[in-house]
Amino acid sequence: MANSATSINRTGSLSATGDVVVKFFEWFGNLGIFCAQWVRTAFTPPYELREFVHQFDELGSKSLPLVALAGAATGIVITLSTRDSLIRFGAKSLLPAVVVFSILKESGPIITALVVSGRAAAGIGAELGAMKVTEQIDAMEASAVNPYKFLVTTRVLACMLMLPLLTLVSDFFGILMGWIASTAAEPISLRLFIHNGFKDVTFHDFLPPTLKTIVFGLLIGMISCFQGMRASGGTEGVERAATNSVVLASLFIILADVLLVRLILVFFS
Amino acid sequence: MTKQMLDKQPREVSSKKTKSKSLPPAIQVESLSKSFGEQTVLKRISLEITQGETLAVLGRSGTGKSVLLKLIIGLHKPDAGSIRVNGAEVTNLPPKELNEVRKKVGFLFQQAALYDSLTVEENVAFPLRRHSKMSDGERNKRVHDLLASVGMDQDAHKLPAQLSGGMQKRVGLARALALDPEILLFDEPTAGLDPITAAETDDLILRLQKERHLASVVVTHDIHGARAVSDRLALLRDGEILIEGTFEDLRKSRDPFVVQFLNGS
Ligand SMILES: Nc1ncnc2c1ncn2[C@@H]1O[C@H](COP(=O)(O)OP(=O)(O)OP(=O)(O)O)[C@@H](O)[C@H]1O
Ligand SMILES: [Mg+2]
Repeated sequence: MANSATSINRTGSLSATGDVVVKFFEWFGNLGIFCAQWVRTAFTPPYELREFVHQFDELGSKSLPLVALAGAATGIVITLSTRDSLIRFGAKSLLPAVVVFSILKESGPIITALVVSGRAAAGIGAELGAMKVTEQIDAMEASAVNPYKFLVTTRVLACMLMLPLLTLVSDFFGILMGWIASTAAEPISLRLFIHNGFKDVTFHDFLPPTLKTIVFGLLIGMISCFQGMRASGGTEGVERAATNSVVLASLFIILADVLLVRLILVFFS
Repeated sequence: MTKQMLDKQPREVSSKKTKSKSLPPAIQVESLSKSFGEQTVLKRISLEITQGETLAVLGRSGTGKSVLLKLIIGLHKPDAGSIRVNGAEVTNLPPKELNEVRKKVGFLFQQAALYDSLTVEENVAFPLRRHSKMSDGERNKRVHDLLASVGMDQDAHKLPAQLSGGMQKRVGLARALALDPEILLFDEPTAGLDPITAAETDDLILRLQKERHLASVVVTHDIHGARAVSDRLALLRDGEILIEGTFEDLRKSRDPFVVQFLNGS
């Protein structure tokens, strides 16, 4: 930490661009250290089970309504827009399959991750940021409790395990609303919609995209905890931590998705 | 009342000192320096607090009193110097051993630093939950005894945001005492309290010292309080200890800053 501080000072004479580059690498370096610390504390006892359950519950109950709503809206949008295109190409009967595939494979996971990043990353960033600037983190250390273990490990794990579950919720509401939207245009029974939609779905279509949200959860938890724990400078610092958590988590989710979609194609097709 | 206690103190100090000769000093700080960036806060400070002794640290706002306390339990890393708590060098202790030291130290933060998502009683129970094997019943009893000793047992179910500053301070005090510490580090325990509550808090600290023979460092702006609870006082100025000794020693000083400091408050 001390070294990175001096390296910043040395670049005082360099251009502003150089400064930004150094800051960028410093940020990445510190994030790396932070992640390493997480790995170390996550797998050594004592485990903070109580706090984990609390965070898991908190995250789930706060994000669930938003995720359900976002999933439902996505289902409607996908149905309405693809229906129009499919009619034009004379492939209207494919509608259920297209809706189910695009929700399961991409829009369900990514929409869930982005919604949770807006809800939970901001929440975690602000909460830990406030704890940092009001010395609550110091107080925790002073009572011989490792704040990484107690606050960070539990939150990151909660995000990782909760995201696939929330994705299932989002998928469910998306497909349900997809059916309602297509029935509104032209009645089709739910049974038939589901049958047509899922008849070509394999586990490879469903499992890898759902499980990739564990990575999104890791990004959300890690980035927001990192931003929160390094907050400084009063209320403004808390605000910065919250905003940066959302912006960076969303950005990293989209970037990671590019990589993950590619990897899944390589390994599962 | 305070006068009486003061008169007794010089004798007490000497008896305490002889009693604990075999033990290492509770806190021993040697040529400790600390800067933040360009700003030097502490310059080669040396202090020693023997077992059972109380040192009051005085000084103007921003001289580094809070930083000194945080250095002692390893919340800041010093640039140079050594800090020994019960003989253990905290500046390069591995995390596990550092935590063992911290369990024996009760720390009261200047702004109380209560966990704002936890109620008053959960705040006090937090260290107990982590570090003691008490049953739920025992823990509840202990928490309520602690809260009663600072006069906060009526507000056990409130959240910190629902308390006044002085009330938060008293809950912080109860939390600091939860693990039966051997050493107390108190950052302005009576700041923001009315004179009556402040005197009660001073009495509590005195009682703890008498009953449990604790070593403590009390940062304070309150000269009268400092006089009442401490064996020795140290006055910080510009990152250095300007003068250190009993209240009488300080009063004899001709240094204009010392004179102004004692009379100005
Ligand atoms: N984390 C930090 N980063 C940078 N500077 C700091 C930090 N903590 C304290 N300082 C600086 O160190 C100096 C001493 O601060 P400290 O809080 O110890 O003062 P203090 O003596 O406790 O004052 P007060 O009586 O007002 O509480 C201040 O000038 C402050 O700006
Ligand atoms: Mg202070």
